[in-house]
Amino acid sequence: MALARLQVSPSVRAGEAVEVRLLVQHPMETGFRRESDGRAVPMNVVNSLVCRLGAVEVLRAEFGSGVSANPYLSFWIVPPASGELVVEWVDDAGVKGRVAATIAVT
Amino acid sequence: MSRRHFLRAAGGLAAGAALPAAAQSNRILPVQDIAPLIARITGGRPVEKRDVTVELPSLAENGNSVPLRIRVASPMSATDRVTDLHVFAERNPRPFVAAYHFGPVVARAQVDTRIRLAVEQRVLVIAALTGGRFLSGETHVVVTSAACIDEGI
Amino acid sequence: MLFLAAFACAAVAQEPKRPSPLKPGPEFQSPDVRALQADDFANPGMLWVARGGELWRAPGANGKRCADCHGADAASMKGVAARHPRHDPSLGRLTDLAGRIEACRSRHQGSPDLARESPEALALEAFVAHQSRGLPVAVSTDGPAREAYERGRSLYVARVGQLNLACTHCHDERWGRTLLAEPISQGHPTGWPAYRLEWQSLGSLHRRLRACFFGVRARQPAAGSEELLALELYLADRARGLAVEAPGVRR
Repeated sequence: MALARLQVSPSVRAGEAVEVRLLVQHPMETGFRRESDGRAVPMNVVNSLVCRLGAVEVLRAEFGSGVSANPYLSFWIVPPASGELVVEWVDDAGVKGRVAATIAVT
Repeated sequence: MSRRHFLRAAGGLAAGAALPAAAQSNRILPVQDIAPLIARITGGRPVEKRDVTVELPSLAENGNSVPLRIRVASPMSATDRVTDLHVFAERNPRPFVAAYHFGPVVARAQVDTRIRLAVEQRVLVIAALTGGRFLSGETHVVVTSAACIDEGI
Repeated sequence: MLFLAAFACAAVAQEPKRPSPLKPGPEFQSPDVRALQADDFANPGMLWVARGGELWRAPGANGKRCADCHGADAASMKGVAARHPRHDPSLGRLTDLAGRIEACRSRHQGSPDLARESPEALALEAFVAHQSRGLPVAVSTDGPAREAYERGRSLYVARVGQLNLACTHCHDERWGRTLLAEPISQGHPTGWPAYRLEWQSLGSLHRRLRACFFGVRARQPAAGSEELLALELYLADRARGLAVEAPGVRR
């Protein structure tokens, strides 16, 4: 499974906006790159991603090959309640990834 | 075989040293018509060119990883908020870059990410808002080392 | 005029002019690349450091972990990268950090060799080098390392390739000037291993040096070769006092 990092403040005051930062290790192969023997490396990118906090869908995204390798994403949320923030994704080869962090709302 | 590929095969072209972007981009990667892609999002509804800030460095040293910040002026209240952002790069081999869909707990109409840019071009963002409204913003970036074309050594 | 030119050529062959002031790599990158290196979360090289940490704690072929001898938190690795390359008495030769890690894995873990530039080799090197981040480079060029150091210096000032350039021509004499829309750096090794945007991956110093040779259309020495090790030793001594940055980020 791809290595990934998810950063969010573990403790948040109710109503406070916090930044969620995600970094996924993935080559995001465009399909244009060629090996030394001239063959094109097949396209394989993380094509969709979803972030949930508990049962609530926070954000969904679709990526094309125009997203950089080792994709980075940052967005801001106001967590309504404590819970587990989970990010899941899948790439063109069907390989899934998942990373999670706990948020406590005080 | 394009001139670029011939030169690379002959070892005559420095790695990462692109031909001047303007000299090659018009032949290899022309501006594409992204209107149909936009129409699929807006359903033909009007798009107002305001309130969407597309922050990219004016000169990107390497097109493989260019930092992008999108901001939309929006109260992000329950009834007046940005619901989706769509990013296009009109001269990339595939102009669609990414789309982000915001659920109810997203607090700011802001996304930071890093994108690939093949050549000097316009990057356009369409924002979809509650009430069937659409806004757009764009910026222009010069790229010295092209993603998808210039390969690393 | 000719006499002065001849004198200048001779002078370069003896001792290239070490840059002053000494400036590390980030000063020749764009602000965005500098910021990315400084961001411990977003620096993509940190993914390799994290992976290296996993490998550090994973059993080798004989069940032993790096952590078993060296500690789970790898604090014992502090300063190790700053001292490499070095003449390793147990190996009887000059070795870089990657070579030392490899020797340790095969000798103490019975693990099969990792290819240079393989994801695992890079991850371990990034992890160990990262423990020296902020420490000044301080390699020894005395005793058994002297010969390699002299060889490295000769390589540094030797004209090579179809472009007939030596390292010193760009990195001592023209650093800060622009070449093909990019500022020429002083050529220090302190940022490596680094995440290079051009490679879309973390890579080693030897990969970068090979790219330099390619840049002047010269034969590329093999990664891990005595040539590149000697050159690396010379570069490290030339950079003495600059801080280890691993993992760096470069364009």
